[in-house]
Parts: sequence; C-alpha cells; structure tokens
Amino acid sequence: MNQYLLQLADNALILGHRLGEWCGHAPEMELDIALTNIALDLTGQARSLYQRVAELEGIGKDEDDYAYLRDVREFRNALLLEQPNGDFAHTILRQFVFDAYNYYLYQALAQSKDEWLAGFAAKSLKEITYHLRFSSEWILRLGDGTEVSHAKLQAAIEDLWTYSGELTIPNEVEKDLAQQGIIPDLNLLKPAIEGKMSEIFAGANLSMPAGIFMQTGGKDGRHSEYLGFILAEMQFLQRAYPGQEW
Amino acid sequence: MKKEWPLWEIFIRSKSGLNHKHVGSLHASDAEMALENARDLYTRRNEGVSIWVVESKHITASDPDDSDPLFEPARDKVYRHPTFYTVPDEISHM
Repeated sequence: MNQYLLQLADNALILGHRLGEWCGHAPEMELDIALTNIALDLTGQARSLYQRVAELEGIGKDEDDYAYLRDVREFRNALLLEQPNGDFAHTILRQFVFDAYNYYLYQALAQSKDEWLAGFAAKSLKEITYHLRFSSEWILRLGDGTEVSHAKLQAAIEDLWTYSGELTIPNEVEKDLAQQGIIPDLNLLKPAIEGKMSEIFAGANLSMPAGIFMQTGGKDGRHSEYLGFILAEMQFLQRAYPGQEW
Repeated sequence: MKKEWPLWEIFIRSKSGLNHKHVGSLHASDAEMALENARDLYTRRNEGVSIWVVESKHITASDPDDSDPLFEPARDKVYRHPTFYTVPDEISHM
C-alpha cells in the first residue's frame, strides 16, 4: 500500500515541480497563474499522500523526509512526469495525457474500500477535473489553431508518446492491490482513458499514434536522467542544511 | 494575425443571491479561456460562486465629458429619495 501511495504522491510532486518551473516564464501572465495553480494543487495532493504514508509507516518520518531525503531509485513517479517542460505544447501534452489518466483513476479510487484513499481521491478529483478541462481546452486550441501550433503539438506527441503507456501498464504493486479490490484494474480503466484522449484529439485534428514502443520503469524506480536534475534542485537546501526550516 | 489576445471584463458573484460585481479584466483568446483565466486569477481565494466574462469591446461606456448633462440634474432632486416617509415605531428592520 505504501509503495502505491508513493507512486501517486511522486507523480503529483514531480509534475508539480515541473509546472512550478514555468513560474515567471509562461507565454502569458494568465497562464503563469494557471500553471502554478495546478502545480499548487498537485503539491498539496502530494503532501496529503506523504503524510498518510508517514502515518502508516509509523517510524517517525514526516512528509518532508519523503520529498527531500529519498534518492532517484526510491522515487516511484511515472517517466512521463519527469520529462522536461520543453515548449508550451510539450507541457500541455504531458499534462493532458496525465490528467486523462488521473481523472479516471481518481474517479475509481474514490470508490476504493480503503476509506482514507476513497476520501482523499474524492477530494482531489475536483481539482483533477479542472486540470483535465484546462489541458483538454489547450489541446483543442493548439491542435486546431494555427499551422505553427499544430506542428508544435505534433512534435510534442512524437517526443512524449513513448512515455504515455506506462501510466496504464500495471506494475506488480498495482496488480496486487487491484486483486485485493483496493485500486481499479488499469486494464479496465484504459478504454475510458483512451476514449477521452481520442475524443479530444479528434476535435484537435490530431490522430492517436499507434504501435509506439512504450517505456516503463519509473513506477519501479528506474528513471530517466532528468529526475536526478529535478531532485538536485528540489532537495539542495535540505541536503546542504539538514533540518533547515522556514 | 493579431498578436495580442483581446481584453475581457470579469464579473464575479461572491455568494448566491448577490449580484455579479466587476472585479477586473484579463487577456484571453476566447470566452472559454477567459472563464478559466478568471477562475484562476479571481476566485483562487474562494471569492466566488459564479463568473461572467464579457469582451471589453462590447461594453459601451459613458463619456466623462458628458457627466454634467447626464448626472448633474439628479443632484438637486432630493425628493426622489424615499426619505420623506415616517416609519411607524412598530416596523423594525428598515
């Protein structure tokens, strides 16, 4: 269970960190606020999850220990979320693929027989519903926008699609929990997630790539080189000045 | 193609039953985006339950130079305020 909660938490923390990198750099002032708002939602979700893991482990760790004192191999986020922001189209595509997955996942988690998880998922689902709305709108605008915006989004799809599959390919932890009925079977969620994606893609004059080799491993701690750089920046202060507080 | 996004005026209803009030303006490429931007800019501290957006160009404003003919005549018509009634003591909440 803890491993799974860390997967959820690390997804939220790492994507939140990536979105935070846009702060002060977004193409429009309004987008600067929109992206950092989503970043804050995700960081908040990560906090709740780390606190829950700390409570379940009961060995005196707190939320900060998980965020700041674990190394690359201990992080359980999917590879997609650690990929660099790239241009705005890359950021939006990464967000949309994750939001579509996350929306259906949290909808199902809200029905979990684990009471804490169900409550947490129901609360977070409101935020995630908005994230999906935001990123869907932007896929439509970029894909169905100008020649340039379409080409940029298409390039983002080509760069990132290989990381999209991992989200719905269950690892051992997920298979085990699905069997116990605590989390949904990802294979059963997949049609809804892909349905949503192809619906939005069709509206944006894009087609879903097929037959792409899917990278996996992030959920089991095998990451791309990018995560190390994220952690170096995120964890620097706690590593250099252990126990430092605001 | 015009590079700048158009300007939108944002109106927020803070509670059910109250009027939408003008809170400011922002840039967006279309009405849907204006709603989303307004949600992020003007309701992130729990300020609202409903949002209206209107593209600024659709608002017709009175000319400040016309303010004398428009508003001056109302200034000395105190009898238009309902302040000349005596309210019986039994009536509370007035």
